[in-house]
Amino acid sequence: MSAIQDYKSSLSDVTSRKFETFSYLPEMDAERIRKQVEYIVSQGWNPAIEHTEPENAMHHYWYMWKLPMFGESDVDRILGEADACHKAHPNNHVRLVGYDNYAQSKGAEMVVYRGNPV
Amino acid sequence: MSKDQGKSYSAGVKEYRETYWMPEYVPKDTDFLACFKITPQEGVPREEAAAAVAAESSTGTWTTVWTDLLTDLDHYKGRAYAIEDVPGSDDAYYAFIAYPIDLFEEGSVVNVLTSLVGNVFGFKAVRALRLEDVRIPIAYVMTCGGPPHGIQVERDLMNKYGRPLLGCTIKPKLGLSGKNYGRAVYECLRGGLDFTKDDENVNSQPFMRWRQRFDFVMEAINKAEVETGERKGHYLNVTAPTPEEMYKRAEYAKEIGAPIIMHDYLTGGFTANTGLANWCRDNGMLLHIHRAMHAVLDRNPNHGIHFRVLTKMLRLSGGDHLHTGTVVGKLEGDRASTLGWIDLLRESYVKEDRSRGIFFDQDWGAMPGGLAVASGGIHVWHMPALVTIFGDDAVLQFGGGTLGHPWGNAAGAAANRVALEACVEARNQGRELEKEGKEILQEAAKSSPELATAMETWKEIKFEFDTVDKLDVQHR
Repeated sequence: MSAIQDYKSSLSDVTSRKFETFSYLPEMDAERIRKQVEYIVSQGWNPAIEHTEPENAMHHYWYMWKLPMFGESDVDRILGEADACHKAHPNNHVRLVGYDNYAQSKGAEMVVYRGNPV
Repeated sequence: MSKDQGKSYSAGVKEYRETYWMPEYVPKDTDFLACFKITPQEGVPREEAAAAVAAESSTGTWTTVWTDLLTDLDHYKGRAYAIEDVPGSDDAYYAFIAYPIDLFEEGSVVNVLTSLVGNVFGFKAVRALRLEDVRIPIAYVMTCGGPPHGIQVERDLMNKYGRPLLGCTIKPKLGLSGKNYGRAVYECLRGGLDFTKDDENVNSQPFMRWRQRFDFVMEAINKAEVETGERKGHYLNVTAPTPEEMYKRAEYAKEIGAPIIMHDYLTGGFTANTGLANWCRDNGMLLHIHRAMHAVLDRNPNHGIHFRVLTKMLRLSGGDHLHTGTVVGKLEGDRASTLGWIDLLRESYVKEDRSRGIFFDQDWGAMPGGLAVASGGIHVWHMPALVTIFGDDAVLQFGGGTLGHPWGNAAGAAANRVALEACVEARNQGRELEKEGKEILQEAAKSSPELATAMETWKEIKFEFDTVDKLDVQHR
């Protein structure tokens, strides 16, 4: 058994800030993001893109990037919007949402581009 | 002219089946339906025992009384309308009984249970009796408050989407001071758990009074939220000796900003639980429900109350979370049967399905569902199976599996969080978790030394005791 390691997390270390689902895994590359978009489409959920300044990540409401893409099943188009949002706001967190209108909830929500932590 | 006109009073004991066995009866949509497993005393015919159960759980008394004739007993009586063999048993059989809705006070789980599982369970004509399932008519469901918030509202309040939630019961369950207890909570939450939980035995003992516990735990939640940027909670157990004391603790939890409190619905009782659920709805507090004492009622396959009935009663009485068993852990539970009552807790309509032990269609209408809680004897290696079995609408609680990590609670929490997210991501990618679980976890452990160490600590631990209460199936 390896020696005890310290758990590195603190108020002063900005890399301690997480952003819910999948934020404990390494940042997603294009291939992993694509798979999650495919999953949202396969569930029949409505994809949407949102973003925020990292310091406001705890707010319930992030900025919508345009409108949710109701009925959109073209994975490349959805990825394109996420990328466009990231390019327009390179310092912000950008998250991918799958609205599940049957459950009146979000079936999926994950940060796909991580902004500069604060 | 009343149909009873012309009946005359004749004192004495009548056979139950003359009045309560009605094989031609077609149940109404508004009827309560119950399925009892009856093991009769020797020499008692099936129809007579079934009719006796119908009588004793509704209008009947052991002898005829003259006041019977002052009312329309034919309207109010329970009716035994069907009998079926129990697969795999020679002497037990199922009796199906219909009760008119007027027998039960609106919104009162207490009244329903007092009738259905009251005196009849000590009745001499039956050797053993078990309430296997009930169908609650939608008309009655709508008179009950149900879960204070339900799954959808909880996800919005806690900001958790697209995955099961993660929890941990703080141990040792008895003996910690309030301040040390809060430390254990803080370590779990900063490591990546969504919730921690008071053990059910923790109420307000001399070594840690509730008020100190609440204060220290709240500081732990607040700090962990700022540190991680995520929403956190701890189930503050408000189960108390009296309702007054319970509400006092609940009010204080609200005052300090706690998002969720906890109650033990069977030991605390249904009156307390229903009242607390209503209070939670009015005060915006989530309600976690523990089920201490359930095994006393549901473990014997021939006598007592099946847990699927206790699940339905909790959903009516109110709770946002309910412990359901893990299937994979050290505690009792058969997979198909567990999946059956998990559906009864979460879904809005559940079809009859004997392969899962569900005897009736159950329509919940607009009543919210609750999150299933899997807790007890589970660790990271169980994660692939748990995500497959429970799906997203569950809280997976690792007690020893968090606190027992060789590097401490925070590392244990992080290990579980990484394992959970890796399993959810893999599931979304279409991979088969239960087949590929090992590779998925090993892959994830490459970037998480906490997970790697957890996998080293707990590998190959399995709990494979046979289930005592299995579904009734032909086995010969």
